[in-house]
Amino acid sequence: MRREVPVLICAIMGVAMIIQFFIPHPVSQAIYKTVIKWFIIIVTFAMVLGLLSLTRMHLTKLRRGDKDWFFSLVTISSLFVNLLVGFFSFRITDSFIFEGLKVPFNFFTISFATGLAAGSPFMNLFDYIQVPMQATMFSLLAFFIASASFRTFRARTVEATLLLVAALIVMVGRVPVGHMISTSIPALSDWILVNPNMAAKRGIMIGVGLGGISMALKIILGIERSWLGGGGE
Amino acid sequence: MKNKWLMFLMGLGMAVVVGFLSHFMFYTTGEDQTLQMHTWLGLTVAAILTLFIYTFLYKDNPLYKFAEHLLVGTSAGYYLVVYYHNSVKPNMIDQIVAGFQQIGQMRAEGTFNFVDGILTNAGIWAIVPGIIGFLILFRLSRKLGWLARYSFGFYIGTAMGMYIPVGFQASIVEQIRGTIVHSAAAEPTPVFNLVYFGEFFSHPTWGGFVQAISGPLIIVGIFCTLIYFFFSKEHTGVFGAFGKVGIWFLMVGFGASFGATVMARISLLIGRMDFLINDWFKGLILPLFGGG
Amino acid sequence: MYKILNAFLKINRRWIFLLVLLGVLIPLVLGKGLTRSYPGAEVVKVYDFLNNLEEGDIIILSMDYDPATIPELNPMARALLRQCFNKGIRVVSLTLHPAGPGVVITLVDELLREYSQPGVNPDGSVRPVREYGEDIVFLGYKVGTAVNILALGEDVRLSWPQDYAGVELPAYGSDPTQTTLPLMCDVQNYNDVKCVVTISGTRIPEYWVAYGYQRYHVKVATGCTAVMFADFYPYLQTGQMIGLIPGMKGAADYEELINRPARAMVGMLPQSIVHLMIVGFIILGNIAYFIVRRWEKRGGGDR
Repeated sequence: MRREVPVLICAIMGVAMIIQFFIPHPVSQAIYKTVIKWFIIIVTFAMVLGLLSLTRMHLTKLRRGDKDWFFSLVTISSLFVNLLVGFFSFRITDSFIFEGLKVPFNFFTISFATGLAAGSPFMNLFDYIQVPMQATMFSLLAFFIASASFRTFRARTVEATLLLVAALIVMVGRVPVGHMISTSIPALSDWILVNPNMAAKRGIMIGVGLGGISMALKIILGIERSWLGGGGE
Repeated sequence: MKNKWLMFLMGLGMAVVVGFLSHFMFYTTGEDQTLQMHTWLGLTVAAILTLFIYTFLYKDNPLYKFAEHLLVGTSAGYYLVVYYHNSVKPNMIDQIVAGFQQIGQMRAEGTFNFVDGILTNAGIWAIVPGIIGFLILFRLSRKLGWLARYSFGFYIGTAMGMYIPVGFQASIVEQIRGTIVHSAAAEPTPVFNLVYFGEFFSHPTWGGFVQAISGPLIIVGIFCTLIYFFFSKEHTGVFGAFGKVGIWFLMVGFGASFGATVMARISLLIGRMDFLINDWFKGLILPLFGGG
Repeated sequence: MYKILNAFLKINRRWIFLLVLLGVLIPLVLGKGLTRSYPGAEVVKVYDFLNNLEEGDIIILSMDYDPATIPELNPMARALLRQCFNKGIRVVSLTLHPAGPGVVITLVDELLREYSQPGVNPDGSVRPVREYGEDIVFLGYKVGTAVNILALGEDVRLSWPQDYAGVELPAYGSDPTQTTLPLMCDVQNYNDVKCVVTISGTRIPEYWVAYGYQRYHVKVATGCTAVMFADFYPYLQTGQMIGLIPGMKGAADYEELINRPARAMVGMLPQSIVHLMIVGFIILGNIAYFIVRRWEKRGGGDR
């Protein structure tokens, strides 16, 4: 029952949503709207699950005193500071308290009067800690891609040569300097993107689409049950 | 040595937290655009954390690890706050509260009945998805993890059912249609267009040649790429030759993607350097020394 | 010569890091930049579509990106919003990425400050006054991409009963003078908007095409990071997307089209320099590799 009923629910909902797509009757539409409303709430909890799982992992590291326990402490404490600031700021939207603290909210931020308003402590944490660090993490890849291009990108085979030539043309063609060197370069780059690149990506898209639909059908029909998870029957 | 690192990092961490929470005290009520204390502190902390992460380019070190873990924790806290304020509260809590308020009002007026008060009260029914969603959290429990399966069944079944019709249309039907006609144009024209060949042969130009072969090239490329991905048959003989052509098209596609990826990563680096040079150094540090 | 080429091939990667860093830093420190960009056809399609809209028309601007992609996507979002504000196109903005609210609220706040007083744009055109609630509303973030796109096709209030600040959306067709969000009196679903412009660093534009365009036939234009744009050309060719703004170059193109060069344009010179540098690395690396390999095959070895 603990495995069969969820699979049955999955099958019923899956088939219902597919059939609903083709039925414009008001009853079908009303059910569709209700399902959408419910789904928005349910999916939020699914996202929260991921974050709770992360928190549990770091708390476990702390409890066990693992090798990098200090960094787990940094993670947990920054999480709780952010939660505190996010909820605390939200509760003090009363303008009297704001005036008492001499916080100069102009008329823009009053209209966004939550803990998430521009200039609020929560947004400051976001703007000055999360934004720079997240942006910097991804910018590291620029160095590694340049280094990898030099050290490993070799035209050893026909396929590698095709990849290399296409990459070089697109790299030069997609910057204004390419246009300044010759108008043929961006034209060639555009032709590569619109023709052979588009053909390859379409082939991949059709393949992925077929794979996605077959996987979805397998889940709805109960053939694929990995989402049930293991453990306690 | 290890303890000194720990002391330094703990002190830095506390300074960051204290600095931000103290912005309440340091904010002034000026109407002008001069740099406020929290902005000064914020920009400096942002610059320091940026440089901490860049130390990874030399080698992995505690400064980088500290910044990385700080990011993970801050992001997780941010997401939880955003999920609550943007989804849980307006879509569930406020709806349920409004539902109970409606019941209370009806009872006060003496007009409460089961149909209007409960059956057609949309706010009250928001409790149902709330319960279904809450059951999902039991996935973390070993003993009660089976409760989450009912919610996941609803969630996954609905998601798959919503995806199949539109996914089929978007990824397959429209793409096959696009292989036959250029459907974006106001008047769709065939991809394999003999008119272009006629124009080329009557007035041979390089541009005319490219225009004529582009259409057949697209069709051949898509066909051969799909053949390459068909692994139920061995890639030998004619079939293997088509698969080989498919690989060539894929390589051109991946090359274009690689060139584009290089472009993207460099753009991100430019953004960070722009921040460090213009926002922090020229905007904050130089004015302190009378420059900028 | 063999030793030099061999050493060149085995160069410590930190020297390459340094060269890349200098290629980006030097133009920024000197404050030099390119003065124009050459807009691609796919960018012009988006610009022309919005330019042909009437004053008062409404679009949905979905800014679905996180801080990591701000350097590429913020400039194009800024340019799009400036075009809309200058033309009087009303904007319902939202985000389907969890990190989006922080990014969007800072950007919208910045633009509203810029358009809070009448004035003149840097290109000499008149800068009108734009207000939150009248000309732009930010609905905030909702969890779940596909379901929210579907909800917008039925009624925006299904998913977003309030705006970002927690203000209840007025009923569709209600009196605009009785609410602080009069724009939302004219918006129920996709039938009331001219198009959706999605700016994203992820695969979210594909969701807009599948769930928005395929089901509800709303027009979709996309701004994306350079990583993704090569993958979206099939959608351009079928007409599932109106147009495409790819990466920082696309943002610079858009700034060129609205006659307001800004951060993306500044980034084009360091971008060009590093691109040419990497092309040089690849070509030199291959030349050195093939020369060294040829010598080794001939038994040349340690010359």
